[in-house]
Order: sequence, then structure tokens, then C-alpha cells
Amino acid sequence: MTQLALVIDLNVCVGCHACVTSCKQWNTSGPAGSMSDDNPYGKDPTGTFFNRVQSFEIGDYPNTELVHFPKSCLHCEEPPCVPVCPTGASYKREEDGIVLVDYDKCIGCKYCSWACPYGARELDEHQKVMKKCTLCVDRIYDESLPEPERKPACVLACPTNARLFGDVHESESEVSVTIRESGGYQLMPEWGTKPANHYLPRRKTKIKIHEDELIRADNPLKKEGLKPKTVVDEATLDDVTSW
Amino acid sequence: MHPAFSVIFLTTLIGTGQGLFLALFTAQSYAAVDFVTIQNPGQFYAYGSVIALLLLIVGLFSSFFHLGHPERAWRSIARWRTSWLSREVIALPAFMFFVFIYGVMHFFGWDPTIITTEQPLQGQMSLYVGIIGTVLCFALFVCTAMIYACLKFLQEWHSPLTVVNYILLGTASGFTLATAYSAVMAPELVTLFGTWATIITLTALVSRSASLIRNARIKHKSTLQTAIGVRHSNIEQKAMGLMGGSFNTREFFHGAKMGIFRSIKWIFLVLVFLVPVVLLATGMRNSSIDVLFTAFAIQYIGLLAERWFFFAQANHPQNLYYQTV
Repeated sequence: MTQLALVIDLNVCVGCHACVTSCKQWNTSGPAGSMSDDNPYGKDPTGTFFNRVQSFEIGDYPNTELVHFPKSCLHCEEPPCVPVCPTGASYKREEDGIVLVDYDKCIGCKYCSWACPYGARELDEHQKVMKKCTLCVDRIYDESLPEPERKPACVLACPTNARLFGDVHESESEVSVTIRESGGYQLMPEWGTKPANHYLPRRKTKIKIHEDELIRADNPLKKEGLKPKTVVDEATLDDVTSW
Repeated sequence: MHPAFSVIFLTTLIGTGQGLFLALFTAQSYAAVDFVTIQNPGQFYAYGSVIALLLLIVGLFSSFFHLGHPERAWRSIARWRTSWLSREVIALPAFMFFVFIYGVMHFFGWDPTIITTEQPLQGQMSLYVGIIGTVLCFALFVCTAMIYACLKFLQEWHSPLTVVNYILLGTASGFTLATAYSAVMAPELVTLFGTWATIITLTALVSRSASLIRNARIKHKSTLQTAIGVRHSNIEQKAMGLMGGSFNTREFFHGAKMGIFRSIKWIFLVLVFLVPVVLLATGMRNSSIDVLFTAFAIQYIGLLAERWFFFAQANHPQNLYYQTV
């Protein structure tokens, strides 16, 4: 069983919103139609997005850090949004685990958005259907694109390579290895939704120095900070070897 | 959650319609075993069914305003195996159909006797139709309530009390309406309906209070820490990823001031329970049509407030991602 997913590395995300804009650009131009905007340059701009980057300040001043948090559909392995859909418009693909909405069947009742604890679904205010991340399903299988470009638009756009894409069920895939070795975790594990997307935590490189390592065991004078004086009268190694 | 008036009207109107049908069938069951005698039973049940059916139709009509694509609403019967919403969409017309049949049978007096017993049991066929209607009525109550109660991370709703409340509040308003209706059509039933309306209203007060107490001390499982997966007690959102607002900031927040939100609770407790019980007692003593209809009207307005509060109180975990709304 394949389960395609994203792995998002919070350690390297710089919050540039490139994934947001490239997602919007690709998907608003896609076969499913535009993702509508209202007042894009006005006072209260609003619109449909599949992906958003939020920022959280963590810690007590002055020990704070800003974590940028890209947020999109997590393509849960137990998606709570799918069984509640009365029409069957929301479904999870057997072949690759992508959760999709059939825009021609959706009646716009919003029930699936209530059933998603992550708020990953947004109703398009003009088309009146529920929309969400498709993992660029219209792109990743497109054989007219060169092989390296068959990835979601957000993954290709990320300048710091904070987004990885692949099959989390294949144990030796890049994403699985990264999740395993870099502490990948799921959001809100308490609801048993088993999100396929994983996040990698902030990581700090630290070295542990024990106190006895601060004193050089081979220090001949047993005094730190003092260097052995050179004898002025005798020939140095330089005097002998230089001519 | 943002309370949508279409859904508030849907749930309260069909609740009253269902309650009224249950009241009519209660009267018929009593009459069948000669506990009560009704002067003009055919008309009484028939017009009562018409009122119940009208409430159900208006409720159903109101629900369409909640849909982005009402013209595709027929599709929503597809997933009855998994979706309570789909089940409701099937149960509501099925129940409406049986209310219609029930009313028609009484109006035209079609009521063949099926089993002949020594004790004369009047009008058997309509009793059987009524039993099917009652079963469908309760099925509809359960479907409506389970739409909310099945969402486990909406912890305010995820409780058997939600189902109990929907059944009791709908039935209470239906019986109150039946009391007022009987004051016009069959005054001999005022005491029967009024007593039941009072009993059910007071029982609903107990169960609704229980859910209010439960929700007041609810401990939410999701926190900002589990939402973004960072273990620190001091996390402050600096940007929500949007400037003006989005579906997420509109759909999941009630948007009312805290003072208004809190006062709605006391308003509905007074209007749904206290005032109607007093008015029912007064109205039953005088058989006053005006007082009894006022009791129903006040209780229904109170139920609108109750349903508003039911939605507004539910705290969706996605709100954790939108801290500065």
C-alpha cells in the first residue's frame, strides 16, 4: 500500500511563503478551476488556499525562537472527514492514499470541515464546494513533465528544501528514513487520525564536554594557560633546517 | 462553531414537528384503550398532522440554505452506511411520508380493522402507521443528534447527552404546541398534553443542565502543544498565515462578545424551561388558548437561543491554529 505524504522540516523552514504562492499558482490554474479571491488588494483580503504558513513564538523572553509552521491537509490514514461526507464526494484513494474531494459531487454542506480537527479544508466562497490540498495529484503522475518535476508544487518551490515528498509506507524511502532518523512526528496524535504528513522538529547541534576534558592530561607543567618557554641560546629547529 | 441560522431553524422546526406527531400519536394510543375520548378525532389528528408536516417542510426548506449546491442535495442519500447526515436525509422524508399518510388516513377516515378482538379497538390501521411513524421519528431524532455527537474531537457535542437533549427538547416543544392546538380543537386533551409537556420540559431541563455542567468543566484533549508538536508551555501565535480572514476564521468562531455568549445561556434556560412551565400551568387551569400559544411561542424562541448556544459553545480544535481571531 502506497501512502504519499509530505514531510515538513520545521528546523529549516524560514517562513518565506514560497510554498503557499506556488501552491496557489499551480492549483488555481489547474483543471479543477480557480481558487477564488476576494479583495486581494483591498482592506480585508480573503480567499481559498490549500496551504498556509503560520508563525509561532516559542519560549520566554529573551530565550525565544520563531517557528514557522506550514499547514495543509495531512492526508490522514484514518481521515475523519471522509466517512461523514453524505454524498461520497470526499474520498481517500486506494492506490496512493491521497484524500480528495470530487468537486462535481460536493454539495457544500461543510460537514467534512467540521469533522477535520486540523482545519485543513476550506470552502470556496464562489464555487461553493469544499477544497483542500490534492498533493498536486494532477502533477505528480504527469508523464509529460520531466521526472524530477513530478512533485507537488510546494515541494519544488521550497528554497530551503524543508519539504520532502514520498511514500511513507515504503520503509526505505527518503521520507520514511527522515521520519525515522530525524524525529518525525504527527500533529494531534490524540485523535487517532494517523496523519500521513509528518513534521520534523527544531534540532540544535550540541556537544557535551565533561569537566575533566577541560584540563589537558598531557600538560607537562600542569598549569593551564602557561606555555613552556623557549630557550633562547640553543638553536631552534628552524635554525637547523633553514639555509 | 459559527451557528448557522439555516441549521438552527432546521433542527428546532423538525424537532417541534416530530414532537407534535408524537403528541398526536400519544393521544391516539390513549384513545385506543379508552383512556380519553376525543369529540372529533379524524379532524383533530388530520389537522395536527398537517401542522407537523408543515413544520417539517419548513425545516427541510431551511436546511437548503446551508448548502453550497442545493441542486445536488439528492446526492446526499448516497453514504448512509457511514454518514449520519446521509441517514438524516433519508429519515426525514421517510418520516414526512408517514406523517402525511397518517394525516390522510384520519382525514378520510380510512382505518380498517386488522385484528378483531373482544375489546373493541378503534382504528387499527392508523395505529400501525403511527407506530412506524414513531419509530421513524425517533430514528430521525437520533440521526440529527448523532450528526453532532459523532464528532469526537468536538468534545462539547461528543456525548450521549446530545442525543437525549435533541429528543427531549424537540418532544417538549411538540407537546407544548399540541397543548395549545388541543385548546382550539379538542379541549378535553389540554390536561393530557399539558401535563406531558410539563414533565418532558422538566426532564429536558435536567438533561440540558447536565450537559451544561459537563461542558463547563470539560478538559480539551488538544492543546497548542499537540497542535504544532512543540513542547513548551509558552507559545504565542505571531501570524495566522493570512491577513483578512479565511473560511477557518469565519466558520469555527461564533464571533459574539463573551458577555452576550454567556447571557444567551441564561436567556434560553428561562425561555425554554421556566416561562413555558409557568404558562402551561396557568393555561391548563384556564384552558386559555392565548396563554398556551404564548407558552409555545416563548419556548420555541428559547429553543432558537438554545440551539445557537449549542453551536457557539462547541470549541473546534482547529481554532488552536487561529489564536488571534
